[in-house]
Amino acid sequence: MWVYILKRLLYALPIALSVTVISFMLVYLAPGDPLNAIAPADAPADVIEALKSAYGLDKPVPVQYGLWVWRAVHGDLGTSIASGRAVLTEVMGAVSNTFMLATIASLMGVSMGCVLGALAGYQRGSLTDKIATTFSVIGVSIPHYWLGLVLTIVFSINLGWLPAMGAGPGGSTEWVWDLEHIRFLVLPAITLCVIPMGIITRTVRALVADMLEQEFVIALRARGLSSVAIFKHIAKNTAPTVLAVTGLQIGYLMGGSILVETVFAWPGTGFLLNTAIFQRDIPLLQGTLLVLCMIFVVLNLLVDILQPLIDPRMGRT
Amino acid sequence: MRDHTQPPQSPQAPQAPQSVGYWRAVLRRLKHEPLAMLSAGVLLVLVISAVFAPWLAPGDPFKASMLKRLMPIGSPGYLLGSDELGRDMLTRLMYGARLSLVMGVVPVFSAFCIGTTLGLFAGYLGGRINMVIMRILDIFYAFPSVLLAVAISGALGPGLSNSLIALTLVFVPQIVRVAESVTTQVRQLDYIEAARMSGANAFSIIRVHVLGSVLGPVFVYATGLLSVSMILASGLSFLGLGVKPPEPEWGLMLNTLRSAIYNKPFVAALPGAFIFLTSIAFNLLADGVRSAMDIKK
Amino acid sequence: MSQETTTPLNTQDRGGPAQPILVVNNLKKYFPVRSGLFAREGKFVHAVDNVSFSVAKGKTLGIVGESGCGKSTTAKLIARLINPDSGKMVFDGDGVAEYGGIALKEFRKNLQMVFQDSFASLNPRLTIEQTTAYGPTVHGVSRAQAFAQARSLLQRVGLAPEQFATRYPHELSGGQRQRVNIARALAYQPRLVILDEAVAALDKSVQAQVLNLLQELKSERQLTYLFISHDLHVVHYMSDEVMVMYLGQVVEKGPVERIFSHAAHPYTRALLSAIPSMDPAKRTLKSPLEGDPPNPINPPAGCRFQDRCPLVKDICRSVSPMLAPVGVVYDHTVACHLNLEPPPHE
Repeated sequence: MWVYILKRLLYALPIALSVTVISFMLVYLAPGDPLNAIAPADAPADVIEALKSAYGLDKPVPVQYGLWVWRAVHGDLGTSIASGRAVLTEVMGAVSNTFMLATIASLMGVSMGCVLGALAGYQRGSLTDKIATTFSVIGVSIPHYWLGLVLTIVFSINLGWLPAMGAGPGGSTEWVWDLEHIRFLVLPAITLCVIPMGIITRTVRALVADMLEQEFVIALRARGLSSVAIFKHIAKNTAPTVLAVTGLQIGYLMGGSILVETVFAWPGTGFLLNTAIFQRDIPLLQGTLLVLCMIFVVLNLLVDILQPLIDPRMGRT
Repeated sequence: MRDHTQPPQSPQAPQAPQSVGYWRAVLRRLKHEPLAMLSAGVLLVLVISAVFAPWLAPGDPFKASMLKRLMPIGSPGYLLGSDELGRDMLTRLMYGARLSLVMGVVPVFSAFCIGTTLGLFAGYLGGRINMVIMRILDIFYAFPSVLLAVAISGALGPGLSNSLIALTLVFVPQIVRVAESVTTQVRQLDYIEAARMSGANAFSIIRVHVLGSVLGPVFVYATGLLSVSMILASGLSFLGLGVKPPEPEWGLMLNTLRSAIYNKPFVAALPGAFIFLTSIAFNLLADGVRSAMDIKK
Repeated sequence: MSQETTTPLNTQDRGGPAQPILVVNNLKKYFPVRSGLFAREGKFVHAVDNVSFSVAKGKTLGIVGESGCGKSTTAKLIARLINPDSGKMVFDGDGVAEYGGIALKEFRKNLQMVFQDSFASLNPRLTIEQTTAYGPTVHGVSRAQAFAQARSLLQRVGLAPEQFATRYPHELSGGQRQRVNIARALAYQPRLVILDEAVAALDKSVQAQVLNLLQELKSERQLTYLFISHDLHVVHYMSDEVMVMYLGQVVEKGPVERIFSHAAHPYTRALLSAIPSMDPAKRTLKSPLEGDPPNPINPPAGCRFQDRCPLVKDICRSVSPMLAPVGVVYDHTVACHLNLEPPPHE
C-alpha cells in the first residue's frame, strides 16, 4: 500500500517539475519581448537596462527559471507588475475565492447529478429517465459562459433579485459568510454547477442501470431485501466512482473557471489569469499558472491515492 | 485530465466485426433514432448556411451603421436585430457559423489523425517508446483542458490559427490515451501473435489487424469532443484570445455584445443560443452514433 | 510439395533427409518477477530452463506436461514470438536470424503455429478467406493468387469455399475455426507446424476429425509436427516421439510406444497411471502424484521433482540429473538419478 503511494508520489514529481517549466516558459513562447510589458516603448536605454536587471531579464533563461523556482519554493512568486502587490498574496486570495466557488458548485452539481442519475437509472426508459437525461445533455452541451449571461439577464437585470457581478458589495474581495455576500455567490455557483451535474447524471445513471441488472441485486431481492436496503448496496458500490469524478471535477472547475469568473467578475484565479494575460503581467501569469496547475496535480494525486482505499476492488500494481 | 463529458470508463475493443456491411448497418440503425436525425438535420442547415452564407445572407456582415445600432429582433431589414455597431445579426450569425463549425471540427479532426497514429505506435510497440510518449502526454494531462487552451492561446496570441493549434494540442493527449489503451488490449490477443508469425513488419500488422479495432472507440470519443471544441473555441474568443474583431464569430459576438445585455438582452444572448444549439446537436448526434454502433450483430 | 498451385513461396528441403529439421540447444527463458518497488528483485520464473532436443523430419514430436511446465513458452521461443535469454536453435542446418543463417522473415515461411483458442487467434474483422490469404501476401504473392490458394486450402481442410470463404469467425463453430487456423498455417507452405493445444478446446468427436485431418495433411505435404498437449490419449495417437516436461525442464524423451509402455521417470509414470482407463480392472485407487507443484520462482537445488517423487533419494536433493539414455536404448533418454530399468507397464 505504502509502496503504491510512494510510487504515485515519485511519479507526480517529474510532472510537477514539467509544470513549472511550462508555466515559466509559456511567456517566452509569446511573440514580442517580455520587456515591452514593463517598460514603455520609448523609454531611454538606461531605464530599460535598469528595469531589465531589476526583473532579472538580463540573465540567461535557464538561470531565470532556476531563480524563479528557488524563490517560489520559499514562497516568493515575485511582484505583480500591474498592481505592485506580491504575486503570492494575490494568487492565494484568488485561490480561496475560486476554491470556495468550485467546491460549492461541485457539491451542488454532484448532489443534483446523483439524484437525477439514480432516478434515471432506476426507471430506465421512462419519462423520468428522459427528463433526467435531457438535463444531463444540457449540462454537458451548454456553453456555461452563455448560461451565466442568461442568468444575469433574468435574475439580475430583469428581476433584480441578485447582483450581477463581483463577490461582495462595493466590489470588495474579502469574503464574509453573511447573506450579503452569499447573494453574490448564487449565480456563479449555479452557472458552474451544470457541468458536474451533467457528467455525474450520466455516470450515475449508467452505473445504477448496470448494477440493477447484475445478478447480485436479483439475488438480494429474491431473498426479500427491501428496496431501501438494496439502494444502500447500490450506493456503496457507486460511491467510489462518484467520489473520484467529484474530486476531478473540483480540480477541473478550479482550473476551468476562468470563463464564468470573467462573466461575473468573480475575483478568483481565472479572473486573475485573464487580467494577467491582457496586461502582460508576467510574474502574475507565471505565478497563477503555477499555483493552479500544482493544485490540479495534487488533487489528481489525492484521487489516485484515495481511490483504491475506497474501492477495494481496484487492485493496483 | 479525463474528458469531462465522458464518465470514466476504459474503451472496449469491439467484439463484433466491423466490415463495410457493419457501417451500413450502423447507418441504417441511426436512421431510426429520431433525436440523432433531428440533430443531423439541424447541423445540415447550419453547414449549408455557413457554406452558402455569401449567397443566402440578407446583408453584409461588416457593414456598420451608427444609426441602426442595437435594433430589436423583428425590425425590418434586421430580422434578428443588429449589434452594437449596427451590423445585421442574422447575417453575422450565418457567417459566424463558418468560423464556429471550423473551430469545432478542425481541431478534433487533426487531433484524431495525430492522436490515433501516436496511440497506435505507443500501444503496439510498447516498452520504452510507449513510456516516453505516454509520460510526455501526462504532462499535458496535468493541466485542465480549459486552462491549457487559455495558456497556449495566451502565449501564442489571438487569431484563428493559433486557437486551432491550441485546441488541437489540448485534444491530442486525450485521443492518444484512448487509442493507446485499445491498442494495448488488442495487441495481446492471439490473432496479433498469429500476424506476427507471418513475418510482416509492424506497419502492415498495425494497418491490417489493429487499426480497424482502434478506429471505432477513438471515433466515438472524438465525436464527443466536437461540442467541447466548439464551446472552448468560442470561449477563447469570448475572452478575447481567439478570433479578432471584426470577424463574425459567435463567441466574440457574445463578448462585444456584453454591455448590451442591459437594454437589448435578447439580441445580446442570441449568439450564445446558437452555440448552445450547435453543441446540443453535435452531442445528440454523437450519442446516436454511439448507440447505433453499440448493438452487436 | 503441394499439388494444387505452383509454389510461389519456395520453402524447400535444404538439409536432406538425415538432417533433423529442428535442433534446440540449452534454451533458457527466465521471466523477472516484479513485486517490489524496483523491477529487479532477483526473483525469476524459470519458465524454460536448459531445454535441448531435436526433431526429425516427417515425424511428430509430442510435448506433454502439466500447466506451467513450460511447453507453451518453449513453443513461443521456437517460433521466435519471444526471444530466449540464451540457447541456440538450428532449423534444417541453418541458424535462425544469425549471421550465415536463415533470415527471420524467411524462417517465418517455414515454421507456423496453430494456437489453442480458435476464436482469439482469428481477426474478427476479416473473413476467413482474407485471414488465410494474408500470410502469402506478406511474402510477395499477388492478391489474386493468394486468394485462389486460400480457397483451395479451405476446400482441403473441409470448408467449402462457396459457403465459407466470406464468413466471419464468429459465424463458425470451434472445429471449423480450428480448420481455418490450420489452413492459414498451411498457406505459408511451412515445413514445421507447431500445434499448441490445438484440439484441447474442441469436443471429442470434433477432435477426432481434426486430428485425422492433421495426419492426412502431414503425409501429403511432408510436414513435421510439434504437438503440444496435456491429453495423453491424443499425444499417443498423434506422436512418433514424446517429450515430457516438468517445471521448465525435459525429464524424459523417447519413442511413443516405449514411453507409454516403459516409462523411466517417476513423473512420467505418475502421469501415465493417471490416465483413466476403459478397463474396470485397472481402476485408479489412489492419486499417483502427491503434493503441490513447487514454485517455479527460484526452484530448489537438485531434481525439481524431489518434493513429489515417491522414490526420492539424498542425491536427488543436491544434484540436478542430466538427460541420459535408459539402459542401452539410445533414443530413450531420461533425467533421473535412479535411471530405473522399468518393469513392463500394463
